[in-house]
Amino acid sequence: MSARLGSLMPWLALALLFIVTPQILSSATALTMTSLMGVMIIFALSYNMLLGQTGLLSFGHAVYFGLGGFVAIHTMNAVIHSKLPVSIPMIPLVGGLAGLAFGALFGLVSTRRAGIVFSMISLGLGELVSSSSFILRSFFGGEEGVTTNRAKLAPFFGHRFGSQLEVYYLIAAWCFFCVAAMYALTQTPFGRMCNAVRENPERVEFVGYSPRVLRLIAFCFAAFFAGVAGALGAISFEIMNAQQLGSQQSSLVLLMAYIGGVGSFAGPIVGAVIITFLQITLSDVTNAWQLYFGLMFIGAVLYAPDGVVGWLRMHLRVVRRGAAWRLAPAYALVAPALALAGVGAIMTIELANRQLAQARSEGSAMRLFGLDVDASTAWPWIVAVGLFVLGASGVRLLWPRVGEAWGDVNARLQIRSGA
Amino acid sequence: MLQLITFSALNGVLYGMLLFMMASGLTLIFSMMGVLNFAHASFYMLGAYFGFEISRRIGFWPGLVLAPLLVGAVGALVERYGLRRVHRLGHVSELLFTFGLAFVIEEMVQMVWGKLPVDYRGPPSLDFVAFRLFDTTYPAYRMFMLSVAVAMFVVLLALLTRTRVGLIIQAALTHPDMVAMLGHNVPRIFMLVFGAGAALAGLAGVIAGPALVTQPAMATLLGPILFVVIVVGGLGSLTGAFVASLLIGLLQTFAVAMNFSLAEVFGPTAPPFLDDLWRVTIAQLAPVMPYILLVLVLIVRPTGLMGTRES
Repeated sequence: MSARLGSLMPWLALALLFIVTPQILSSATALTMTSLMGVMIIFALSYNMLLGQTGLLSFGHAVYFGLGGFVAIHTMNAVIHSKLPVSIPMIPLVGGLAGLAFGALFGLVSTRRAGIVFSMISLGLGELVSSSSFILRSFFGGEEGVTTNRAKLAPFFGHRFGSQLEVYYLIAAWCFFCVAAMYALTQTPFGRMCNAVRENPERVEFVGYSPRVLRLIAFCFAAFFAGVAGALGAISFEIMNAQQLGSQQSSLVLLMAYIGGVGSFAGPIVGAVIITFLQITLSDVTNAWQLYFGLMFIGAVLYAPDGVVGWLRMHLRVVRRGAAWRLAPAYALVAPALALAGVGAIMTIELANRQLAQARSEGSAMRLFGLDVDASTAWPWIVAVGLFVLGASGVRLLWPRVGEAWGDVNARLQIRSGA
Repeated sequence: MLQLITFSALNGVLYGMLLFMMASGLTLIFSMMGVLNFAHASFYMLGAYFGFEISRRIGFWPGLVLAPLLVGAVGALVERYGLRRVHRLGHVSELLFTFGLAFVIEEMVQMVWGKLPVDYRGPPSLDFVAFRLFDTTYPAYRMFMLSVAVAMFVVLLALLTRTRVGLIIQAALTHPDMVAMLGHNVPRIFMLVFGAGAALAGLAGVIAGPALVTQPAMATLLGPILFVVIVVGGLGSLTGAFVASLLIGLLQTFAVAMNFSLAEVFGPTAPPFLDDLWRVTIAQLAPVMPYILLVLVLIVRPTGLMGTRES
């Protein structure tokens, strides 16, 4: 009984977090951000059903997000037009079913093969849909997109979803339900077979399953949840345009899943929260924020392929066994160098951005870490590049210590668990 | 009609040859290293921008030689210090690395040269009419592009089939392990091929830049089509890439020249819900065609036109 209660605890905590968040972060921008996070959590988790769990790297997942959103928004307009007794909370289901229908259709073509061919087909299908959005104008609404007014639908127990707070709770409820459903799916035999398809499709065939059918089913589920996310996005913003199903959106969801960590169920959730937060705040601070995203992604691929959650898990394991202090000295040595390199890199990028992209229109004077500098003079550059080189060589020099510390810790933990 | 066919065929072959200049490098890199290089179209873009920068300072002709060499060097560095590190993490990580790289290159190009197209022009010495058919003229620069592309093709073919390096590369295509067993430095061959592929893409950028538009989006616009080419041709097949390049080049150029729509064939009133489809002309469908071709080919022949490899 207590074990069952223990496994319920994280879910209660999640529900509580969803309920409490708008009470703490109650400003309008925070509410919009948390709503978007909810949408992106569903989207990123649906993506990880493919990438993390079934081993299918898709470059066109936004297609199902976007199509779900478009069908949802057209449904809403049709409901308003013919005054049907349908209220907002049912709309995400419509979006999900639309995603499922298109997922089944495109999945039939693309899941015949896994690996790189699947990736390429998903890319091709993504381009196919996003370039046909400029042809089928009455459905996709051309450049300006399709708009709706969510408050005009039938009320749901008195709620008209006019305010962003009501929308937040709607998104939170759907998000909670979808997270739970997707988690439950990973625990079913089907979820396990998806993992098997990722690891070794040949053996799956010997066991008597068809990898192709399993891939197709996983693809359909992923498309369904992406469609739900798209519909929630459409409800939240009351507009859908072709950008929502284009390659940028597809790259964004890949970034979220990967930064968070594709190896664990919680990874994409964390990734969606981090990336959405950065996307909104970073774009206010610097207009080179997309470059930072790209560099962050490359950094993650090179140095942290398990993502944030993978990294945390690795350390949590050590902390639980009481060996964290063995890592601390090595980390304390590397951290200043790492910070130095980071500051140097950010300074260089910001200086380059100011001098190359904005100097003509806004002048070369700028504020950098609280200091007034002129990007057209040499000194800031020397300092920036100097800091970076100093930090980077420091990291290079000191990194072996971290490796040693880890080797030491791992060896001790193994001895202890062996004894 | 005859002039339409002639010019469309010329432009189609030209576009196809440009595609092949990039697709050949991409497919060679893929077959040898198993890496699908997402940043390949970015090297094409870098070629165009480097060519622009050099032509602005010392002229078009030095740029024609220097820019591809520069791009090739960038490619070799990317392989040596980036890809080789990710290699141990597997093919998906390599693919993701090049994906991130393409993103970063685009952002950097935007930062350095701005978001608007730059004014990259061909040399004045090629600024004349090559020939005239009926009342349409064909610019000499396009003939020059075509001859560069064909020359490149011949050189590549000779290199691959007639030289020792070519033999090793060909062997590495099908039996990479065996080549390593025979004592060849496979990592160095990889770096060489990666650099050469990047240089080839750079050359395509240098000569295509003035004729098409040199802008930060040019890599994102062309990249997916390149992947279509190598998947339709069959992954790892050079001949397939060649055939698919020409096929897609001709398909797109001929489609652009055609103004038919369903409305013209079946009358202006469309069946319900098909209003948009009824009025779309074939010319408007041109950007979608490669992807339709991709889907059709994969339904009929999942390994691509001439592919034998499964992955």
